[in-house]
Amino acid sequence: MSAIGQYVLNGLMQGTIYGLVAMGFTIFFGVMNVIKFSHGDVMTFGAFGALVAATAAAAAGLPTGVQILAAVSTAVGLAALLGAGISRLLILPLRSAPPLNLLLMTMMVGTVIREAIRLFFPNGTNSQRFPALLPPGGATVGGVFVRYDGLILIVAGLLIIAVVHHIINRTRFGLAMRAVAEDQETARTMGVNFFRVVPLTFALGSATAGFAGVISGLYYSEINYGMGLLIAVIGFSAAIVGGLGNLWGAILGGYLFAGLQTVVVATLPTFSEYKNVVAFVAVIALITWRPTGLLAERASERV
Amino acid sequence: MLTRHRSTQDEVPRDALPMVAGVSARRASDFAIFAVVVAACAGAVAFLVHAEDQRVVLSALVACGMAWFAAARFRVIAAVERGAAGHPWLARLVLVAACLAVIVVLREDNFGLLMLATVLIYATVCLGLTIQLGYAGLSNFCAAAFLGCGGYTAAALGRAEGIAIPDLVVILLGGGVAVAIGSLLVLPLLRTRGHYAALTTLAFGVMFNVFLDANELLGGPQGLKLAPITVFGWDFSNDLDLFGMTFSFYANYVMLCLALTAVALALVGLLDRSWIGIRLDAVRLDEVAAQVFGLRIARWKILAFTLGNVLAGMAGAIYAKMTGFIAPNNFTLGDSLMMVSIVILGGIGNRWGVLPAALIVVLLPEKLQFIQEYRLLLFAVLVILVLVLSPGGLLPRRTRTLVAGRQA
Repeated sequence: MSAIGQYVLNGLMQGTIYGLVAMGFTIFFGVMNVIKFSHGDVMTFGAFGALVAATAAAAAGLPTGVQILAAVSTAVGLAALLGAGISRLLILPLRSAPPLNLLLMTMMVGTVIREAIRLFFPNGTNSQRFPALLPPGGATVGGVFVRYDGLILIVAGLLIIAVVHHIINRTRFGLAMRAVAEDQETARTMGVNFFRVVPLTFALGSATAGFAGVISGLYYSEINYGMGLLIAVIGFSAAIVGGLGNLWGAILGGYLFAGLQTVVVATLPTFSEYKNVVAFVAVIALITWRPTGLLAERASERV
Repeated sequence: MLTRHRSTQDEVPRDALPMVAGVSARRASDFAIFAVVVAACAGAVAFLVHAEDQRVVLSALVACGMAWFAAARFRVIAAVERGAAGHPWLARLVLVAACLAVIVVLREDNFGLLMLATVLIYATVCLGLTIQLGYAGLSNFCAAAFLGCGGYTAAALGRAEGIAIPDLVVILLGGGVAVAIGSLLVLPLLRTRGHYAALTTLAFGVMFNVFLDANELLGGPQGLKLAPITVFGWDFSNDLDLFGMTFSFYANYVMLCLALTAVALALVGLLDRSWIGIRLDAVRLDEVAAQVFGLRIARWKILAFTLGNVLAGMAGAIYAKMTGFIAPNNFTLGDSLMMVSIVILGGIGNRWGVLPAALIVVLLPEKLQFIQEYRLLLFAVLVILVLVLSPGGLLPRRTRTLVAGRQA
């Protein structure tokens, strides 16, 4: 029983990270019909920024609370800036190019970020230790050992999901964003500032990725330059399985992917190395069955 | 646009007016330009592969780049195309002679010949990708995985005890296995479109790599060793003595790869000129319209996917045999992206563009040692620049000429 509980908690943690990343993919696709594959590396960038900020704050002798605040705000801020910059400088000018070109371009932007971290961060080739800022230890609830930091992080992740949902559905900016997503030209004739809304949208999506980077660093207490690539493929899969453009679909896809991985690890411990193989096979099978995702938007193609 | 328009005008008098003498002189001069350019390219390739000094390589590269811009500016490239089209068989002969000349010049340079063979392997895979991406519009972000299918087939067959399969058959089987494994992806690819299809191949590529890493039977992360190729008792690992010259044993592999690339080039060229190519174009440009005109989308997509994978698998088997060692690290997502980049860098859908693009992508990091550490970074920046500044690539694809001498 306790083992199962442990697996469930681990799965929830992973699923929260995947869901946060997938949310970015689905937001970008919804608004600009583009897959920004550098998303995972933006997350890595945020995590490294958080590492630097936390280390600096610790060196300055600030209390733990301030350290956490510094780490989170740096990660979110840096990721948002980077995402907005990429969209303004590279994605907007190329928005009429073939989708394949854009996909390749963003993959290459991701490579640039990844390699830049590896080459220019001190000792960047090796994994970096992420400081443990959250309270250690945990409590046993009903036979299940619950790590405090895990619990805090899951709650924080869910909170961020709620905030993003609120921004999209309840604010003026969210309204502008949804208008652009619905019909770019009409939105522009109605006075939506397209060239401000799009970078802001990318900033929003990237900020959630930066937050996911901090969560991942705090929970696994280790970050490395290459972690963004697999996360990007998984986040992309999760967004696709859920149905691109659908916020809840992305979150569902994220937890589904983490759930699949966890089930493999739990039921076949000897095959735990194959957990990603099984999960990706399941993803391919799922999109073969539902070619536009589980929660697809209702759309008919105009010929 | 402008150049195409002019060439149309240039072609008109030939049919309309009896200017036969002038036209044949033009054709001859075009062909002379073609021959000179091919010779210059061969010389440049041999020089670049052989040169050791970093500064020499760098200045040679800058010179090549400038020559390319000048050629594009003064419409030499168009003249070269016309020259080759005027005397197709003679043009092929010149190309073969140029390739042999390069091999003769580099005959003792082991590393140079190995690089050349690698360029040809990549070019072959990318010709397969040209059929898939450029003609049928199928996204394929797992070309390296199909290369790996061929390589691991060759390795597994080499380890099987008691079965001796001729190496040429092994290469064909490599292509067959790549098709068989690729057929698992056919249904997902046919059902999905756009980004959803891209994800299918992306996920497959990542999955393939993780699988190889975890599989002890196929060597795990350490990989497998392979024996060299033997064809009809001709051992490819021995140096060659021909006409009083000693050729490094890699010359064998270069010639084999050259043959495969030539077959691939011919295949892609024939496809492009035939009704199959026209149908593939229709499927890519507008699936619904093609369907309305009675084309079976599934059939043409499967054909394109299969042809591309055969080429990748065969190239993979040769590659594995040539390097004598394969590991999951040779077939990562990064390698797949590199191949797609070659296709786009060369000009998507143009089969000749693949060759210079593959040369640049493979040769540049090997030659410029001081950028070794930064090569991925610089390469990524280069691809971004090409995509932003010149999305058509080095040699953009031309409108198809259906009747010789006339623009379609």
